[in-house]
Amino acid sequence: MRRNQVAVVGAAETTELGVIPNMSQLQLHADAALNAIADAGLKLSDIDGFATAVETPQQVCHYLGIKPTWVDGTSVGGCSFMLHVRHAAAAIEAGLCKTVLITHAESGKSMIGKQPRFTPPDSLNGQFEAPFGVYGPPSMFPIPVLRFMKTYGITHEQIAMVAVAQREWAAKNPRATMKEPITVADVLNSRMIAYPFRLLQCCLVTDGGGALILTSADRAKDFPQKPVYILGTGESVETPMVSQMETFNSSRAFKVAGPLAFKEAGITHGDVDHLMIYDAFAHLPLFGLGDLGFMPYEETGKFIADGNTRPGGKLPLNTNGGGLSYMHSGMYGMYALQESVRQMRGIAPAQVKGAKISVCHGVGGMFAASGTIIFTNEK
Amino acid sequence: MAEAARAKPKPTPETQHFWDGTQVGELRLQRCDGCAHVYFPPRPFCPSCASRKVSVFKASGKGKLYSYVINHRPAAPGFTPPYAIAVVELDEGPRMMSNIIDCPQTPEALELDMKLEVAFEKLDDKITLPLFRPAKG
Repeated sequence: MRRNQVAVVGAAETTELGVIPNMSQLQLHADAALNAIADAGLKLSDIDGFATAVETPQQVCHYLGIKPTWVDGTSVGGCSFMLHVRHAAAAIEAGLCKTVLITHAESGKSMIGKQPRFTPPDSLNGQFEAPFGVYGPPSMFPIPVLRFMKTYGITHEQIAMVAVAQREWAAKNPRATMKEPITVADVLNSRMIAYPFRLLQCCLVTDGGGALILTSADRAKDFPQKPVYILGTGESVETPMVSQMETFNSSRAFKVAGPLAFKEAGITHGDVDHLMIYDAFAHLPLFGLGDLGFMPYEETGKFIADGNTRPGGKLPLNTNGGGLSYMHSGMYGMYALQESVRQMRGIAPAQVKGAKISVCHGVGGMFAASGTIIFTNEK
Repeated sequence: MAEAARAKPKPTPETQHFWDGTQVGELRLQRCDGCAHVYFPPRPFCPSCASRKVSVFKASGKGKLYSYVINHRPAAPGFTPPYAIAVVELDEGPRMMSNIIDCPQTPEALELDMKLEVAFEKLDDKITLPLFRPAKG
């Protein structure tokens, strides 16, 4: 895909984040969409392309009254929205549509109008994982951690620092769910969830949503908001079964999607001013730093423990507070994208001064899928 | 009210040989007749070279502990926390999820790379699960 041909011209989260007991999941989609439409200065009738995950495009389009000529229902977990951005950029460039709306919403906490997850007993997961006691993401996502730690000499304290550093960012974000400062000791003394991970190393469970609007870069300059251009993109999938990953020392999906986006963007790691790495659990930033090629895996734990990703550090990471402290509805990718867009617009609560390039890296399932979007505010 | 039972697998035509195997005390894997790739979970073709000529064989049942979590909460139906959910690397190469029995469910007892051997736990007349225990000797 060519660089900077498509831009984000509308971006918004739901009016409320956190616990939203008075709205169904479908209405959360609408709330986010209407906010993004207003942000872009558009009418719903201007939207001719639509993408969403979990809910079907027909469900959300009908609810909103949108008549699209292009739809994408890619649903590969929490990074689906990174893939939607990539697909939408390609569709706009190909002339299939002009103005794409991407929505995410999840009543992850209140569970209103949300179907519970179900693993059929005759699926491969149902036959070869479910019988051994996996029960929700906390019992599955951290399974690779002990191997990763042993291979690279990563310590429990270093992984605890992921949560500590991100809480420092969250403290600067009024909309973050958790803002109280925490220490490494707090993390390591919090309630055990699935060894080696404790409560403060696991994502929040909240309600919310977000929406993005994309159009061609040529049209983008006529919109009220500062355009945020799509500089590079990547995507991949590996396996729906965490036990069947090629290795626990890295994520194959990360290693495909990330470098693809860097290559497309034509940038090096030194060009990155701002970084989002989807952190459903505290090990993901370590995998991301290694798999995206920022540094050898052995150095990832020390890099974070030394404070390089905290406020004032040389590589600002997860500046909204991340899934650990900002919010996590279940499919967090949309919120990572929203924070990258805010940073590129220069309006983030914890703004990285002068940031010109933001890398936004997402995960779907338990390392099942991945999508990477690189944004810039300079064309 | 009866206690909730653990999730029970339901075989498909492609996996039936595996579950037939565990019932008779065999851990069955598949090997490609063409490229010799050994793979899991079951499927009637080689995921490495796409050949449909593959054979089922009895694995050694030996392996080592690749990684694990000790799940505290929430516990799956049929499990009493804390319990380890392990991934075992079989001597033949493939990895599979399982549980480690005859071993304390603690970080001290569960050492990565410890040698394991398969043990079979019958759930009912149709399903026997492959579990693992620390290897003897």
